[in-house]
Amino acid sequence: MVVEATRTGDTLALQLTGEWRALSFAQIDAALDAVDLAGAHRVEITTERLAALDLTGAWRLRQFVLHVRQMGAEVAFAGTPPDQLRLVEETLRPIEASAPPPHASPVDAEATLNFIGRQTVTLWSDMIGALAFLGRLTATAARGVAHPRGLRPISVARHIYDTGITAIPIVALIAFLISVIVAYMSAQQLRSFGAEIFVVDLVTIGVLRELGVLLTSIIVAGRSGSAFAAEIGSMKLNEEVDALQATGVDPVEVLVLPRVLGLVISLPLLTVVADLIGLLGGAVLCAALLHMPLDQYFSRVSEAISPTTFWVGVIKAPVFAVLIAMAGTHRGMQVQGSSRELGRLTTMAVVQAIFLVILADALFAVLFLEIGV
Amino acid sequence: MIQPVLEVRGLVNRFGSQVVHDGLDMEVREDEVFGIVGGSGTGKSVLLRSVLGLQRPQAGTIRIEGQDITQLSGEALRAVKARYGVTFQQGALYSALNVLQNVQLPMVEYLPALSPSARDELALLKIRLVGLPADAARKYPAELSGGMIKRAALARALALDPRLLFLDEPTSGLDPISAAEFDGLMLYLQRQLRLTVVMITHDLDSIFRTCNRVGVIVDHRMETDTLQRIVDHPNPWIQAYFHGERGSARLGAAHGA
Repeated sequence: MVVEATRTGDTLALQLTGEWRALSFAQIDAALDAVDLAGAHRVEITTERLAALDLTGAWRLRQFVLHVRQMGAEVAFAGTPPDQLRLVEETLRPIEASAPPPHASPVDAEATLNFIGRQTVTLWSDMIGALAFLGRLTATAARGVAHPRGLRPISVARHIYDTGITAIPIVALIAFLISVIVAYMSAQQLRSFGAEIFVVDLVTIGVLRELGVLLTSIIVAGRSGSAFAAEIGSMKLNEEVDALQATGVDPVEVLVLPRVLGLVISLPLLTVVADLIGLLGGAVLCAALLHMPLDQYFSRVSEAISPTTFWVGVIKAPVFAVLIAMAGTHRGMQVQGSSRELGRLTTMAVVQAIFLVILADALFAVLFLEIGV
Repeated sequence: MIQPVLEVRGLVNRFGSQVVHDGLDMEVREDEVFGIVGGSGTGKSVLLRSVLGLQRPQAGTIRIEGQDITQLSGEALRAVKARYGVTFQQGALYSALNVLQNVQLPMVEYLPALSPSARDELALLKIRLVGLPADAARKYPAELSGGMIKRAALARALALDPRLLFLDEPTSGLDPISAAEFDGLMLYLQRQLRLTVVMITHDLDSIFRTCNRVGVIVDHRMETDTLQRIVDHPNPWIQAYFHGERGSARLGAAHGA
């Protein structure tokens, strides 16, 4: 029990006992709520027997005192009121005297309009920003061609390793599985027409033209696009980017360009790996399911492809690489302030990279259709 | 004799072959400000991490208000953690939360009985208490200056009204005026709230102004004494620390005053 109440006439005497500390708040709160104020005109509080009173306890006591006064009774302390109460009083009074903090207004038509407007402006400035970033990147790259040392070959090599070589296992595995799935599904459909041989055509053209490069790009967007944004973003948070700039080093030259160049080199190579493994996956399935000998499969493959089939796929890879690397590095450079921003912009980098890759792939499809390859 | 608030006996910390602490003893008494001093790499932070229960030492006992935290785990350890407050060197404010939410986080965890409005008011109380303006409550850590971050971190450390407070380099990165203000604030709160403060610091001004006793980590152990006496300790590092160029100036000023 932390409050002992005794009533004499219309005077209520309260003895506070025990530890009035934050960690026993629940007990104090319940005890004060249980005090019956009915008919009391005067409340006398004795604090001498308190073992401890901290600020949380004092705050709750003050709430109680305010409540009693509101009920029309007077409050008196036996002896001097505790110091802690005075400290709480002095600290809180200036805040309560000033106006309470404004609360967010409910959603109305104006707020909705504001929201749409703000989003539109953000979208527009985002596009301008991306364009400016591309311009800066191009200018830096052009300078690099004039002075090849500015291209940072060692850094580029590191990024080729990080984004390319270490990605080979996962890219190969996905390419293998996807081509097996495509071959399996088309085999089921084509079997009813007795046209199983066309499974080879489907797998070959599908993998070489579209699936190889598209899946590789999506994997790389998830792997390296996010890594770019997170690396550069945390460097921004650490003020490393500011330090570079203060040293007179262009962060676009040392952080962005090597990543873009590295990915432009590694993504086409990864695509070739994905193409080869994809064809191998098709071969494995054809041999296992359709009992097609390997030499028959590969002679059919060479019949199915035209001279351009392979290049139509691979030529897209550098373009996708630029899109992925730019989305990652640009978002990374936008990070400022908090780790939450870092997470938000990293997510955005990956989502945008995948979106841009698929959009560009669609445009390529139209282009290739028009020029007839 | 009164039981010490914090008592470390025979602490041993090793990382591989590297010995950090080898039989370190430390004792912090009620209502004092205890300074921990030591050269870079002598294991001040490792000591703090051990005492906070963030890292288990190889040997030794660490008693906080009588309970040996090296033997505790789970709920029991959590209960001890509610009784001390900590500020970290860089503030370690949660960057996704504003100052008010930062201060409220320990309350949400440990005091479920508090209503949201009570939490708001108690958090504002702590924010005002450390000298931050009320409008800082809605700001995010990224919008605060270095001095404000230290104060906000102190407000968060005081959220549950602990009796024991650990401060890791509270004045590092502050200009001398802000550092002196922070020391003053710390002393004011220490007296008002009857806090026991354990402070890791390099700041000589801060030590001379605030500490009652000082523990110096030398040769993997701790030499503890009152401030007046520790400056005359024969250990060469302690001599160099207090009687080096910076220390002498401060000592002279202290004795002259």
